[in-house]
Amino acid sequence: MVMEKKLLIHNDKVPGINTYEVYRAHGGYASVEKALKTMTPDQVTDEVKKSGLRGRGGAGFPTGLKWSFLAKPEGVPRYLVCNADESEPGTFKDRYLMEKIPHALIEGMITASYALGARDSYIYIRGEYFYVYRILENAIKEAYAAGMLGENILGTNFSHHVHMQIGAGAYICGEETALLESLEGKRGNPRIKPPFPAVAGLWGCPTVVNNVETIAAVVPIVNEGGEAYAKIGIGKSTGTKLISASGHINKPGVYELELGLPVEEFIYSEEYCGGIRNGKKLKAVVAGGSSVPILPAELILKTAKGEPRLMTYESLGDGGFLTGTMLGSGGFIVMDEDTSIVKNLYTFARFYHHESCGQCSPCREGTGWMEKILHKFFDGTATESDVDLLWDIQSKIEGKTICPLGEAAAWPVAAAIRHFKQEFIDVAKSKKYNDVSHYNRLNKLAKV
Amino acid sequence: MSSQVHGAQKFDKKKRSEIKFSDAGMAAAQEILARYPEGKKKSGVIPILHIAQAEFGGWLSPEAMDYVAEVIKIKPIEVYEVASFYSMFNLKPVGKCTLEVCRTSSCWLCGAEDIVKYIEKKLNIKDGQTTKDGMFTLKTVECLGSCGTAPMLQCGASFHENLTYEKVDSLIEKYKSEGRQRSYTDLDYHNTL
Repeated sequence: MVMEKKLLIHNDKVPGINTYEVYRAHGGYASVEKALKTMTPDQVTDEVKKSGLRGRGGAGFPTGLKWSFLAKPEGVPRYLVCNADESEPGTFKDRYLMEKIPHALIEGMITASYALGARDSYIYIRGEYFYVYRILENAIKEAYAAGMLGENILGTNFSHHVHMQIGAGAYICGEETALLESLEGKRGNPRIKPPFPAVAGLWGCPTVVNNVETIAAVVPIVNEGGEAYAKIGIGKSTGTKLISASGHINKPGVYELELGLPVEEFIYSEEYCGGIRNGKKLKAVVAGGSSVPILPAELILKTAKGEPRLMTYESLGDGGFLTGTMLGSGGFIVMDEDTSIVKNLYTFARFYHHESCGQCSPCREGTGWMEKILHKFFDGTATESDVDLLWDIQSKIEGKTICPLGEAAAWPVAAAIRHFKQEFIDVAKSKKYNDVSHYNRLNKLAKV
Repeated sequence: MSSQVHGAQKFDKKKRSEIKFSDAGMAAAQEILARYPEGKKKSGVIPILHIAQAEFGGWLSPEAMDYVAEVIKIKPIEVYEVASFYSMFNLKPVGKCTLEVCRTSSCWLCGAEDIVKYIEKKLNIKDGQTTKDGMFTLKTVECLGSCGTAPMLQCGASFHENLTYEKVDSLIEKYKSEGRQRSYTDLDYHNTL
């Protein structure tokens, strides 16, 4: 069977698709019917394994494998927790999916929970998305009224309850163990692993934490079969991916694409980003959310070997961190020729300093130092040696923290210096930072 | 994370004895607590703090936090340590409308700094300050997941996206004329995605 190349947001423009009635009329909740009535939980997990689906939150870990790690001791509840804490700068795909097609997530929650044997599941959504929380809350009510949630769903022995949980502003809660701490009503401090959540997660019970897009992808996988899903994409990058495109492009927005699309086509074709705004040249791209290495134009369009770079986990990663990057969360930030890489890096450094939970000294102190040193580039006090100092600090954070926020803070600094060192030196030497007002540069309005 | 310190606020015993959720607020809090298994009700602290912040003037006084502890039946310190961790909880009074302007990469690339400057000039306040009439607080914040519709600001539950100076003018005018407190829990949200 040949599957459609859009599986998650193909119905996003259908009027009323946010309601149960319209969603159902467009084939919604078929995966719940199919799974509960014709498949065993293990068969559902097998289809997800066959599909090759990889976690869409950023790490890209195989979902079926993650599910198979779930401990199943007798008499202990198991939980599915949906990570809707989307807060990686440059990423807004989950918000789009949940706002436009909330039932796609609820359906995925039920089908995935059936596979995992979870009677209760939680959707942890970031506090700033409170309005999306309302939308999901409403969708859950509709699903209960239609008998898709509650006791003995569709007359089967399977009962399930989806609960909403709101956050309150903390990037760190996107890290799965910090999320679980937060869901337990605590500060979002990541846990030391092992034990992994699959063994001791929410309230000490076996738990699977999956990203919104990952859970939504379970729906087409169950409907069409894992093998059909695996035929989409290239190699180990199977299926489709939601990409959040932002920055200096003509058509920012959320795009669903088949993994394997050439990066150049994604940036320049009318179907996607529509090229660089105001006829400017491309300078750099952050391809997978703020934590992945920034690449200059020549390396994002082609690998170091001169092959066209593709939107896949493998192709974006080609060359390692020396000349490659990561697909990450799919937060695709495009910068034109006038962009100051130094200033952009400063916004990232400030972000990670703000979001460090403070548990581990290398991260708590290091992120603050990096922000302060980068700030020197704007008040004219930076020297060339500050570039080396930045490099030194980032290298002392990476790999020395409980959770990956340390790496997430270090990688962008390392990559910016690796690929744009001269720009840092130039700003330091000139003692003057000429900030072009972006707003005015985009000619939206006259000067304040 | 928030660096505000609870100790900076005085504790008022009389205020503590008077503070109480509205009936609707209490019903919402009880509905939240029902989501968790017995013995795990502490999980309700973040959602219930949101209700408290909305009902008690847009910020969390020590008295309000102690009241939340009483509702959940946990120790006050368990509420303080959570309230002081998350950036959406205000431990000091704020204006009725907090204009939270995103400033991270994509928003910066699309002019967030100019939006901040414009609001600072228009309202005659700096980042972090509140207008004299107590109507507006300006706060720069980190990525709100609105990168494709940058620049943007959040006020209460509403996202205001693809900002222009005119849009800023009209939303400030609108909030001023309505004159009421905006909260994250508001049902009349607005968004432009």
